Amino acid sequence: MASDENFFDEMRGRGDGVRAPYSDYCAWLENRTANALLKKSRDAQTFFRRTGITFNVYGETEADERLIPFDLVPRIIGAGEWAQLTRGIEQRVKAINAFLYDIYHRQEIVRAGRIPEHLISQNDAFLPQMIGFDPPGSIYTHIVGVDLVRTGPNEFFVLEDNARTPSGVSYMLENRETMLKMFPELFSQVQVERVSSYPMALRKSLERSAPAATRDRPTVAVLTPGIHNSAYFEHAFLADEMGVELVEGHDLHIVDGRVAMRTTQGYEPIDVLYRRIDDDFLDPLNFRSDSMLGVAGIMDAYRAGNITIANAPGTGIADDKAIYSYMPDIVEFYTGQKPLLQNVPTWRCAEKDALAYVLEHLEELVVKEVHGSGGYGMLVGPAASKKEIAAFRQKLKAKPANYIAQPTLALSTVPVLTRAGLSPRHVDLRPFVLVSPEGVNVTPGGLTRVAMKKGSLVVNSSQGGGTKDTWVLKGD
Amino acid sequence: MLGRTAAGLFWMARYMERAENTARLIEAGFRMALTRAEAGEEEWGSVITAAGCRDAYLEKHETIRADKVIDFVLRDRSNPVSVMATLHTARENARMTRTALTREMWESINDFWITTKEALRRAPSEADLPEVLNLIRQQGAQVRGTTAGTMLRNDIYNFIFLGVMIERADSTARILDAKYYVLLPSSASVGSSLDNVQWEMILRSASAERAFQWLHGGKITPMAIADFLIFDARLPRSLAYCYDTISLQLEGLFSQYGQRMPSHDLAEALEARLTATSIKDVFRDGLHEFLTDFMGRNGALSYQIVQDYRFME
Repeated sequence: MASDENFFDEMRGRGDGVRAPYSDYCAWLENRTANALLKKSRDAQTFFRRTGITFNVYGETEADERLIPFDLVPRIIGAGEWAQLTRGIEQRVKAINAFLYDIYHRQEIVRAGRIPEHLISQNDAFLPQMIGFDPPGSIYTHIVGVDLVRTGPNEFFVLEDNARTPSGVSYMLENRETMLKMFPELFSQVQVERVSSYPMALRKSLERSAPAATRDRPTVAVLTPGIHNSAYFEHAFLADEMGVELVEGHDLHIVDGRVAMRTTQGYEPIDVLYRRIDDDFLDPLNFRSDSMLGVAGIMDAYRAGNITIANAPGTGIADDKAIYSYMPDIVEFYTGQKPLLQNVPTWRCAEKDALAYVLEHLEELVVKEVHGSGGYGMLVGPAASKKEIAAFRQKLKAKPANYIAQPTLALSTVPVLTRAGLSPRHVDLRPFVLVSPEGVNVTPGGLTRVAMKKGSLVVNSSQGGGTKDTWVLKGD
Repeated sequence: MLGRTAAGLFWMARYMERAENTARLIEAGFRMALTRAEAGEEEWGSVITAAGCRDAYLEKHETIRADKVIDFVLRDRSNPVSVMATLHTARENARMTRTALTREMWESINDFWITTKEALRRAPSEADLPEVLNLIRQQGAQVRGTTAGTMLRNDIYNFIFLGVMIERADSTARILDAKYYVLLPSSASVGSSLDNVQWEMILRSASAERAFQWLHGGKITPMAIADFLIFDARLPRSLAYCYDTISLQLEGLFSQYGQRMPSHDLAEALEARLTATSIKDVFRDGLHEFLTDFMGRNGALSYQIVQDYRFME
């Protein structure tokens, strides 16, 4: 396998031999033939299609479901590396919840001059309806995905926070299932932490977040926009694995001030709703009146303390990329400690000097919309044509406050299986975090997204990225 | 269980059953065409009638021709009762109710859809048609197998089987009604070879030809055929069998939910009617009238189940 010294390869470092976490795996790999592996790869695709692990791509005319490419070389993380990451993630997630509580209450962080006021009050994701309201357990983001990238043995950066509705956890689980099916013997040779307890941990975490007045075992449900949503498979999967109902807006109704679902025997109240629809669509009476997906009056039931909505409305502001640039301050402000996980250096184009620098260096930077996600609307300077850069320059000049810029990071690589053997591809990592009044739980594993195209740095599935199983070893 | 889930299960089962029934009609029509040189307009005409898409077909095509009928009934997505369209709807409903299905069952339904879609990507040639129809039959059997072998016997199962049986009863009644005139004693050509072929087609459309021969030792009469398909509760596609099974499902719902609903009365009344009536009464009062009345009541039961179990707001 060719190695490129510009990038840190998680299997082989910078060309200096197999790294420790991969040693057992590579010993196993040595005894496989390329053909046998390629056959397993095809089997895995068939398995995914048969199981219906698919997603719908927005903007494609034939609304058929597509498979996310799955690569069967795992991404492996040693126990020590993981312990370090976990501490950083816990710290960050606690800080995010404290931040959300603060901005919907006294806004101490603004008063202290650590964050400009307009970034909060003029943010579309800031919900005035949440001001002064205490969500059950004071938790805003119950389910978090923290996107990490790596550039060297001990260099991890947070690329973005997904505090609103992180998706992809079903792939973490199904990728592992697939690997267990394809290579059962491998798991007796390498000691890998289990991820399969996630759905039950999620259910427990949601139950613990139920409103204080809940007496019996809380009734939990997952709210989906329906089968045409790109992540429908995941919604159904999680409801199924947790053993709770998967509801749509038109199944729900406010009965005696509580959110209730229409069952074959009448309306039954819900205590905790894990919603997978955006704030805007949640309640046509309180937000977008044309929403067909939400529940009229759910915000009133929420404010009356009759239901927990997870994640809380108004959480999305924490995902804003302009807010992101303040995250080191946020962590320090609320935890009193230095952040354990680094941010990627970020230029806020709203600031004059930063904008000038960014305009000057577009060819080498990654520029993102502050509200964007999914890899849409961003510029990857080094990969863009002159024409694309020129077009982007105009957009940037027109609305600078809409953008942030970051250096193009030398993302680490992990090999993928190709027809020509193993070949390195860039990856990122999304660990999944659960927050309840009883604490923070980080599942040992996560979703590794991989840019399937050689040299590409864009890992989003909507842009042709694939996934890998992510192993956290029980030892180093 | 959510009302919408019950709806999804019920419609998934109905559409799945319909897809299979429609494929079986084509199989019967195709077989007639093979065995009879002049098989043509009339036989394919009764296929589209029994499949419930005669008007839609004639809107699109001027003449009734084998290849056009086969394509319309098998592949045409603009025809809501074509095999492709019904399978698609069945799968959409299954996706909607995934949380209520076992993994095995969902996979078999998904497989049904994927393999059929692949097999019908292009119009099958005459030589390939039997293989395609056979595939559909096998896939359907697989879904039934995983349903029987993996599903809990609870309300989920009950709603699935209500869907299957209501659809099946409708289909059998429709097959008989599409050809009721060849079963009438007044038919001019009683006993002719044409009649024999027609009767055989009826039996084949209900997968009942072997069973019939076995039970009746080759003595084919119109009354015996109608009696078999309507009243013989041993035949899994007879109206009597369907209603026996429907009663069991409603009893199951009653014992789980502890509540008797108006649909229970409708089903009981229809079952009682099937028990109290004999084939002689049916022929005396008119086979077509009997079948029309039955289909109406069967539809009313379906509608009442939708109400009783809150399928919709």
